Amino acid sequence: MVPVLIFGLSSVVTLGAALAVVTNKNILHSAFYLILAFVGVASIYVLLEAPFIAVVQVLVYIGAIAILIVFAIMLTRRLLSKDLIQRNAQWGLSALGATGLFLVLGWIVYSVNWPVKLLTVPEDPISVLGQELLSTYVVPFEIASVLLLAALVGAILIGRERE
Amino acid sequence: MLTNWVYIGVFLIVAVVVPLVAVLIPVFIAPKKPSTRKEEIYECGIETKGNIRIQFKSQYYIYALIFLIFDIETIFLFPWAVALGNLPLFAVIEGVIFIVILFAGLVYAMRKGVLAWS
Amino acid sequence: MADLINLIENWIKNILLGWGVTESLAVFILQVLGSVLVVIVCFVIVIALIWVERKLAGRIQDRFGPNRAGPYGIFQSFADIIKIFTKEYITPVGAEKGLFNIAPVLAMFSVLAIWAVFPFAINVVGGDIHVGVLYIVAIGAFGILAILMAGWSSNNRYALLSASRSVAMLISYEIPMIISLLVPVLLAHSMKLSVIVEAQMPWNIFVAPLAALIFGISSMAEVGKAPFDLLEAESELVAGYHTEYSGMKFGMFYVAEFLHQFTVGALMAIFFLGGWTGPLAVRWPILGVFYFYGKTFFIYLVISWIRLSLPRIRIDEMLNLNWRFLIPISFINLIAVAIADRVMLEFNLARWIYVVVMFLINILILVAALTIAEKNEKAVERVEFSPRPIAVPPGKESK
Repeated sequence: MVPVLIFGLSSVVTLGAALAVVTNKNILHSAFYLILAFVGVASIYVLLEAPFIAVVQVLVYIGAIAILIVFAIMLTRRLLSKDLIQRNAQWGLSALGATGLFLVLGWIVYSVNWPVKLLTVPEDPISVLGQELLSTYVVPFEIASVLLLAALVGAILIGRERE
Repeated sequence: MLTNWVYIGVFLIVAVVVPLVAVLIPVFIAPKKPSTRKEEIYECGIETKGNIRIQFKSQYYIYALIFLIFDIETIFLFPWAVALGNLPLFAVIEGVIFIVILFAGLVYAMRKGVLAWS
Repeated sequence: MADLINLIENWIKNILLGWGVTESLAVFILQVLGSVLVVIVCFVIVIALIWVERKLAGRIQDRFGPNRAGPYGIFQSFADIIKIFTKEYITPVGAEKGLFNIAPVLAMFSVLAIWAVFPFAINVVGGDIHVGVLYIVAIGAFGILAILMAGWSSNNRYALLSASRSVAMLISYEIPMIISLLVPVLLAHSMKLSVIVEAQMPWNIFVAPLAALIFGISSMAEVGKAPFDLLEAESELVAGYHTEYSGMKFGMFYVAEFLHQFTVGALMAIFFLGGWTGPLAVRWPILGVFYFYGKTFFIYLVISWIRLSLPRIRIDEMLNLNWRFLIPISFINLIAVAIADRVMLEFNLARWIYVVVMFLINILILVAALTIAEKNEKAVERVEFSPRPIAVPPGKESK
């Protein structure tokens, strides 16, 4: 009963904040609402007994990406003016497309018989995660490092100020 | 397992409520005498001119980007560090290779001089 | 038997059960009481700390410190509390009221929330979660957010400037802090704070002194007080990102700063000084609580001593210290500790050999890093300026 209530509350917060992100006129306020949405998602992860993902959600999305977004907004002065227009001529069409996609996805979620395995959470989940990461998934693990290196080099090349 | 998280949930709520109460108390007991002079922006007595929302240096953005990349790296390293006792020796070396690859990125950033304050 | 904490806990629980409360609700009420107690204790400690800090600062700087309100000025903090609660809130024109009011509460929240996972004694742990260390790091994100909110919503260009610089500094120093936290996690093979505390045989500061040093420096920068207070240098600038705040809203930032320093002391105690462990702490958990707060307070005083003795550093020095020294050295330290730990486990060496080898490796890395840093540091060029006249008559300016 109580978990369902908390789940309902966090979904309402997440969806409400996400709606506010889209509808808000001030883009910086949108960024702060986005953070609220991230908090809601993190609490849902906790309810799913995936605390590692929940903490990573807060650490990466709120601690780094949200700050990156806010910095990006503050870098571009044009975005800060009050009279930004949020819609263009094709907003009706795209709304139609988005609704269609939502309906299709919803239909898929409800109609497919998902193979759900009921497993208990292991005694020390982080240790199991680490062992899996370095045995079964070792190639993706190393590729992630190369990917991050590429991102780092790219960020430096793009962001560097020309002398 | 979830009882620990119930405690943390309760604690987070308490950690919001107590500072909120502290901030709200002066609303009821402190005087309120607003005036235009008082509510001016504080710039040591000089009137504020021009656009207040100034533009940032792009260097801040690079710091945030580099931070993001190292943040994600450490998230991979925490499970590695926890599992270290149960791993074979070559798995430790795999983790070390992971760190060294990103360390090369840091050296590159230092060589390009983006981390120096200009 | 003489377990005072569990005794009180069971006593309250039995009273609640006697009133016909269900088991799970009784546990929930106990959790609420426990968290309120921890938060209130934090506030009380800060009130005491402010007096201690001011007295200490006075003595170190050859002053008296507060000495009027009561003997040795011990009532100074209470006078300050009365003052700050009755001060008017001033909101500057053009401020974004919502964000402006949320920011101080969020700043306080980000420090208080860390206390949710601390182990205070054996079996006296609030949230004993598997991801304790990452939780502590993640909660810090809200503090950064509060600074950005405060700087942005104040409608003051200097507050905004300071906020952006503060955030750049905080996120930079978070990297060595997280990497040095990996070392205690690695040594204990767990992210649970209670396991990290109990695994320390001897204290981690002897096994990993370099990680302790890096963690100490980077978390002092995270607190944002001297010598890392260049972004809100009170004696030169106004105040930094909280320039426009008044009354208790400013007070929240101030209290959060003090509590943050105390929390850093607690983190140092948990990760490197054995947390609640000490003589007889297993038999009498209440002693563990005293040890924990005692160690925390000791670290707090050491940090205060350091920051009251050192001058403020420049921004380029601050960034170079982080990117060119702390981050590389913390990576190298992590690699060395990981390999040494695993290799020595392979050979199944005695504990004292393990500790001595670890200690020597740490010292070796530190000495090597300092030597290399000293070699690479360019010699400071002193530019001699010829004396210039203060005023020159018109028509005679030098070309």
